[in-house]
Amino acid sequence: MTAYLLRRLLSLCLSLIAASLVIFLVMEMVPGDPASFMMGLNADPAAVAALRSQLGLDAPLPLRYLGWVAGLLQGDFGVSYTYRVPVSELIAERVVISLPLTLYALTLSTLIAFPAGIIAAARRNSFADFSVMGATQFGVAIPNFWFAMILVLIFSINLRWMSAGGFPGWEAGFGSAMKALTLPAIALALPQASILARVMRSSLIDTLEEDFMRTARAKGLSRSQALWRHALRNALIPVLTIIGLQFSFLLAGGIIIENVFYLPGLGRLVFQAITQRDLIVVRSVVILLVFAVIVVTFLVDLAYAAVDPRLRRHRQ
Amino acid sequence: MTALSISNLKVQIHGTTVLHDIDLSLDAGRILGVVGESGSGKSMTALSVMQLLPRGSVWSGDIRVAGNDLDTLDEAALCQMRGRDVGMIFQEPMTALNPVRTIGDQVAETVCVHTGASRREALAIARRMLDRVGLPEDRFPLDRYPHDLSGGQRQRVVIAQAIALRPKVLIADEPSTALDVTTQAQILDLLRQLVREEDMGLMLITHDLAVVAGLADSIAILKEGAVVESGPTREVFRALRHPYTRALFSASAHVPERSRKPALARTPVLAVENVVREYQQPRRRLFVRPPPFRAVDQVSFEIRHGENVGLVGESGCGKSTLARAILALDGLQGGNIRLNGHVFTSAGDGPNPELRSRMQVVFQDPYGSFNPRHRVHRLVSEPFHLVGSAPRGAELDRRVDRALTEVGLTSSDAGKYIHEFSGGQRQRIAIARALIIEPALIVLDEAVSALDVSIRAQVLDLLAGLSDRLDLSYLFISHDLSVVRAITDRVLVMKDGQIVEQGETESVFRNPQHPYTQTLVAATPSLEAALAAPAS
Repeated sequence: MTAYLLRRLLSLCLSLIAASLVIFLVMEMVPGDPASFMMGLNADPAAVAALRSQLGLDAPLPLRYLGWVAGLLQGDFGVSYTYRVPVSELIAERVVISLPLTLYALTLSTLIAFPAGIIAAARRNSFADFSVMGATQFGVAIPNFWFAMILVLIFSINLRWMSAGGFPGWEAGFGSAMKALTLPAIALALPQASILARVMRSSLIDTLEEDFMRTARAKGLSRSQALWRHALRNALIPVLTIIGLQFSFLLAGGIIIENVFYLPGLGRLVFQAITQRDLIVVRSVVILLVFAVIVVTFLVDLAYAAVDPRLRRHRQ
Repeated sequence: MTALSISNLKVQIHGTTVLHDIDLSLDAGRILGVVGESGSGKSMTALSVMQLLPRGSVWSGDIRVAGNDLDTLDEAALCQMRGRDVGMIFQEPMTALNPVRTIGDQVAETVCVHTGASRREALAIARRMLDRVGLPEDRFPLDRYPHDLSGGQRQRVVIAQAIALRPKVLIADEPSTALDVTTQAQILDLLRQLVREEDMGLMLITHDLAVVAGLADSIAILKEGAVVESGPTREVFRALRHPYTRALFSASAHVPERSRKPALARTPVLAVENVVREYQQPRRRLFVRPPPFRAVDQVSFEIRHGENVGLVGESGCGKSTLARAILALDGLQGGNIRLNGHVFTSAGDGPNPELRSRMQVVFQDPYGSFNPRHRVHRLVSEPFHLVGSAPRGAELDRRVDRALTEVGLTSSDAGKYIHEFSGGQRQRIAIARALIIEPALIVLDEAVSALDVSIRAQVLDLLAGLSDRLDLSYLFISHDLSVVRAITDRVLVMKDGQIVEQGETESVFRNPQHPYTQTLVAATPSLEAALAAPAS
């Protein structure tokens, strides 16, 4: 187990180094000079050059990379070109919305998908199975921004249960903050839950066909006992993979939903930064997202090992 | 006392009758052998007793376990019965256990489900049961996982969980078929001992007459969903009253006739010289490179024109690795392999493509070794890409026809897909595919192991005839000693990557010299020996 952990940790560090290099180099190659962008079209070339050296843009490439990484390690992401505030502040403001929203959506998605997938698999080809499969087909097919607008129409405009957008901030209290995140979380969770339910169902169906399920029944376990005690844990591996992917996707991929609900999240921050050539913000958010993805992948690997003892001993 | 009685059992699956007249009875402390070929209904009979028939099945008749009529029990009562009154052991020990739970947990579960015992008590019983089946605590603690165990050990765990509550009836569905002969002998011994000591009735399902002959008190022979003959084992086998029993018996002991003698004078077809195959082992520690694992160690032998050579050994001995090396599917780490005197492949040098067509292969699995989307014509003509000037058009059709007729199929079969054929026919198609470019040598890797005895006898006859007619040589790899004995001139015995004994097949089997060969021969169930032994 320790060896497995160390191996995964090593691969985590290597991935981070590789990712930071790639992101740094890609940003270097993107056209558009932040200094001239900041100074405007008619700026004096001398002033632009001065700004470049002030921003540290004229240092040699390896030095700038090392400087950037050293800053990252101390939590210093640099100063935004357009907002003129530390990037870490900008990001912190947004993460407190995006991260809870992601976890909220992921929790909803899992809470919907597990029972749906399990019922569909356990009663394969029944009415329940067809209903679940039909509903998930629908959930995958509907664009989530459209679904979000329908939610606003029903719950905000007609029923007036929730506000149609915006975020009161966590200072307003946990309850009202969560309330503001509820509709966006539902809109984000719907397609994810549909995908997850389908994966759960097919993985469970495969497991139910395994020889050891017949052994379990031969020992005297009822159909549902055998499912809970023997099938579920074995069926979990592909489901965990998908949950890991969904976390990464939701963290930054919520931009459309953030726009629909006027939520100042990470997705919107990146989008604005890109249009304003605020490369330092883009770079910081991207490295943060990559970091999140890599950490989640690491956690998923740990979950695999917890679920399947074979992975603790052998290589995958 | 009658532990199990079945009368008038009929089973239909989605309207198709699979069992139509099964009458069996099994007494406590006795062993009933249920024998038949695939599709005869052996497993369906077992699943009827367990009431675990596949969906869409309807059964009728009378099944009584320890006097209880199964028809009167509801699902909850059936769950109570399974595992407590009837235990079951399956064919595939590698997949019969849940990979993510410990062996102790899985054995204890049988106890927990039925008795409401505490976890501690159940684990104590599990410990006793594992000891009982020969898995002592010092080497097999309860917290081991199935993947730490070999096939034979896993089968012992399955047995332990089946007998944990001392059921009155134990059903074993081909319990030793997937195991090596020496392991098979141990598992069968264990079952015999458990039956006597625990006074259980054992229903032993098998396709192997030799296994039942040595073990069962009485026997039932199934064919197409009905019992064709039953009675005390010796009587049934001595009298051979029913024609199907006679046919099974003769197919099991079938020795194909061969007329041609191998040409010893000519250059050998295949010469394997000091071949070494090594694998890199996975790293256990980061900076320590583990030594390579030597799967084939300095192996040398020759095969002459028209000669059939057998290669036997237990799983993991390196016989399939050697076969892959001979076929140049993997590179060598030492030695070389010659075909007709020319170097085909050697350490550090890849295969000579011009010689590839001199050698072909037939694999074990008649289902997995064909692309299901190609017609037989294309499947069979595939090896032509190995020869420089492949025939086309009418000539190609003629060659495909000839190959198919050679193996007993017809030219109209060329237009069909592979799923339209039975296992035996598929193996014939595999042989036709090997034959079509007229190789000098065919490697048969467990080529008849998946076939029923009667089909196996036909395929062996076909192989013998082809060898005689076309001057073909075979390297016949099998774990089944009786088949190797029937068809080969010479045999090589392999253990831990080395050939430990080789010689004329008959003399090796009659008078094995190496202790390992002696163990193998002794462990192989023999029909003749079982019937000749005095009644117990």
